[in-house]
Order: sequence, then structure tokens, then C-alpha cells
Amino acid sequence: MLSEEEKIEIQKEIKHYPYRSAVCIDALKIVQKHRGWISDESIKDIAQFLEMSNEDVDSIATFYSRIYRKPVGRNVILLCDGVSCMIMGYETIYDLLSKKLGISFGETTPDNRFTLLPISCLGDCDHAPSMMINTDHFNNLTFEKVAEILEKYN
Amino acid sequence: MEKPLTQHINTESTPLNLKEYQQVGGYAGVHKALKEMTPKEVTDLVEDSNLLGRGGAGYSAGNKWSMVPMDNDAQTKYLVCNADEMEPGSFKDRYLMEGNPHQLIAGMIIASYAIQAQKAYIFIRWAYKKAERELQKAIDEAYDAGYLGKNILGTGYNLDLILHSSAGRYICGEAASLLSALEGRRAIPRSKPPHLVTCGLFGKPTVVNNVETLVFVPHIIEKGVEWFKSLSITGTGGTKLYGASGKVKNPGLWELPLGITFRELIENYAGGMLNGYRFKGLLPGGTSTGFLIENHLDVKMDFDEVYEVGSRLGTGTIIVLDDKTCPVNFLHNVEKFFALESCGFCTPCREGLPWIQKILAAIEAGNGKMEYLDILKSQRKYLAHGNTFCAHAPGAAEPLNTGLEYFYDDFVSHIKEKKCPYKS
Repeated sequence: MLSEEEKIEIQKEIKHYPYRSAVCIDALKIVQKHRGWISDESIKDIAQFLEMSNEDVDSIATFYSRIYRKPVGRNVILLCDGVSCMIMGYETIYDLLSKKLGISFGETTPDNRFTLLPISCLGDCDHAPSMMINTDHFNNLTFEKVAEILEKYN
Repeated sequence: MEKPLTQHINTESTPLNLKEYQQVGGYAGVHKALKEMTPKEVTDLVEDSNLLGRGGAGYSAGNKWSMVPMDNDAQTKYLVCNADEMEPGSFKDRYLMEGNPHQLIAGMIIASYAIQAQKAYIFIRWAYKKAERELQKAIDEAYDAGYLGKNILGTGYNLDLILHSSAGRYICGEAASLLSALEGRRAIPRSKPPHLVTCGLFGKPTVVNNVETLVFVPHIIEKGVEWFKSLSITGTGGTKLYGASGKVKNPGLWELPLGITFRELIENYAGGMLNGYRFKGLLPGGTSTGFLIENHLDVKMDFDEVYEVGSRLGTGTIIVLDDKTCPVNFLHNVEKFFALESCGFCTPCREGLPWIQKILAAIEAGNGKMEYLDILKSQRKYLAHGNTFCAHAPGAAEPLNTGLEYFYDDFVSHIKEKKCPYKS
């Protein structure tokens, strides 16, 4: 069941569109905001509320990169692997993150603190390399800077 | 040198609020268009100005508007701003939205009025959190001031503007796929005709314009066609946001007259190459545009001129390839991106791009064979326009084809030496 809060937020989006299923992506984002990721249970909840089939909702959930169909850690690191960041050395930043956290792309630390994911171009190419943690943006990354940034997230 | 689009942007402080923007003349174009001009006059003026789409395709914005059926005023119509900037190497729309959100809203009001849309959407990419915050603040202010909502400025015109944040995927930047995403579905392209201007969002006439295109509209309305034409070096008209990333001394973004040369951009604005690095090539405007090399540095950065030398201006934000970055690795990164971001709708794209990616990975790792180069070349015809519903695969083919042509020796040396010569 969707919580009252989730329902109210989704209902608010519905008024901008001509039919209910048009807010499917918004609904996925809203539910993910509350629950951290989209489980099979969440798919069913959304499908029921928007009068869609579970399969339709799942096909949409699995299409979009920022909808997580597996649990993620408390903080999600999105490291840009676009070509400008490659030229400016994102791979060394990746090595550092990977070593420091003991995980590769697609993995979560055992204490559930961080999930590390690649993202294609953050539109910050003149300040490469860049990354996001949750909704915060960081650029001109260096080893020292990355170490400092990680400390801020628990 | 005039910089109409960026004159009020100061990256060190918060963007101008509605009152401050009005004090420097903002929204004057909205008043003029809605109170003094008919929708057709607005469309005609923008068409006469020859404002070409700044999203990359360079199609006349006014011409696009003029194709919207206007005979039935009661029919729902939509304006959609494509703010899904996600092409690697592109970062101009973000700057415009974060720096001056009211300029975009003003442009959207006028464009919506021209096609008599009652609803407009900004489709913004997920990662642009700051732009999203600033835009929402500005939209709320515009509603409070009577620029949005019912009976705008007492003219009887109604418009709602909705900010929609995406959930990721590069394909959403393709106009038809963007509309599919806005309808809450998988972002897949559509067969055309019917064109979006007659059958777009929710099956209704829809115009999709890029951020940089829309922000120019209020200025053209205020200052006219002659002024707009006088801004560019070439006859096209307007300024352009140009950018540079890679191993240059001063990577960044600049509003400059349309038609400056690549050499001027790199040397006068990007500060030339970093010490110890030499120029090897560039992509003119994102990863879906073909490579240009030293011989092309004096080409003017305008749509026709860049097209004539076998590439496209695209977004005008160049990615510089230096002599110490491996071109095969560069292309591998680019093709991996395209393979990952293919929506999977058409076979040549879904199957062809991962194939290309695997071949490039093998060559880069020193496991390539000479016949692999023939396979890469053969993809040219499979990925060409006409075999796919959208420009994703043809776009992916552009850097590959030109990369094979200009950096052929690098491919061969990887295969012959069975390793990447750029790695010590």
C-alpha cells in the first residue's frame, strides 16, 4: 500500500497531466524518495494506484537509470565517466573511491553507507572530473578533495 | 561585443529574481508580444530572423512554429522545452538555466503564445538539481506576478508552465522520445510522419525547442531581425554559447558571435593547449558529432560551415583530443556511452553499438585484428539514417567513421603492437 504521504504527492502530479498513467515516472521517483529503492512490492503499489499493470510499471522502472530496482546504500555516489572526465582522469578518481570503499561500480559497502555508480556526463565538462553524491554536485576532483567530501556523508 | 543571453548571468551570485530581472528590462519582450502582436506576427518575426535550433540540429525555430495547425483554436497544443542536456561534452543549457531562469520562462511564454499553447513543460534532466531549484523558484514568482496562469497581463491568454524532472537516460533528449517520457512511458522514438508539430505530446500538436533557442526569443521580439542578424559573423544570425573541455589551459563557456573559428575559440578563449600537450583533434559539439583535425581549425563554427567539412556544429561545446589521450580509448568511451544509452527499440542500434563497443575494447586492450577494422567500417551503412527511428545510432557512427579516417594509424599500431601505444 502507498502511504498517505506518497498518495498526496503523486496526486499533486496527476493534475498536470491528462491521465493517471502519465505520472508513472513521477510516481516511481516519489516512492523511491520515501523507500530508497523500488521493490516488487512498490511496483505493485504504484500499478494499483495508477490503474496500470504491474508489468507496464516494471518496464518503465527498469528503463530509467535513476530508478533503482535493487537496494542502494544510504548515499549514492555517481561518478561521471563521460569522455571529457575521462580525458581529465576520472579513472584515477574511480581507483581511489574503489580502493577506499572496497567496492566497484554497481556495488554497496557492507555497512550500507555508500553505493558507487557511473553516470554519463554531468554537464560540468569544463570542471572535470566531476561527481554527485545524492543530490549534491562536486567538480575539479582531486584525491584530497574526494577524501574530504566522503567524510561529510554518513 | 553584445552578449544578450549571458549579460545578466553572474555565476558567483544567485540569479536575478523577477523584480531584478524586470529592472534590467527582462520580460519586456513578453509585454510586447502579448499586447502588441498577433501570434502569427510573432511566428513570422522569429522565422524571418532565421533563429536556428541550438539543440544541435540547427532547424529554423520559426519555421517549426509555422507548421503548427492554427485553424482550430480550441485544440490543445503544447510547447516543450528540451532541457535534457546529456550529450557528453555539453554544458551550455545548464549555465543558462542556473544563471537566468526568468529569461527561459519569458522565452517560453512568447513561444507558447505564438503557437497558442495552453500548457508548456520544461523537461529537465535528473542531474541538474540546481537548475531545477532555480527554475521552480522563478516559475512560482512568474505565477505570482501574473506572467503565468489565467488571463496573462490582462490579454485573455492562459498558460500553465510545468517543470518535469527526468529519471535519467540520454535518449530523452531526442524530441519524440522526450515526449514518450513526458507521457510517463519508456523513452522510445516514434515513426514520422506524423510530425510532432501536428501529433506530439498526448497526440496533440507540440513544439519542442532547446533551452538556448527559447532564451533568444524575447530578445528577437524586442530588438528585431536586423539586430539579430548583426550579432553573427556569418549570415545566420545571433550569438552562440561556445564551450571547450579537455586538455586546454582555460576550459569554459563563452557567448560569442556565431561563426568564430575553432582556432579563435581554442587560442583566444580556451587559452590554447595545456603545457606539454599538443592538439590532435576535436569534436565540435558533443559526442554525436564527427572529428575535425588541425586542417579544420580555421573553419567557422556555424551550422553550414561545419557540415561542409564533414561534421556538425551540434551543441557548439567542443571536446579537445590531445596527443597524449589515446583516440581508440576516447572512441571506446564514446561508443560505450551510446551502447549503454540505446533505448533498444531498433535492431541496428541495440545490437550494432554493443558490437562496436566490444571491438573497440578488444583493440584498445591489444587483442585486435586487422579484419576488425572492416567490421567497424561496415557499421557505417547499418547505423545510417533511414535504418533507425531516431538519430541515436547515426550520431554514434559520426565520431566512429571520422575517427577511423583521421586516426587510422593509431588503430593499426594498437593491432600490430598488440597493446595501447599510449600506455607506458
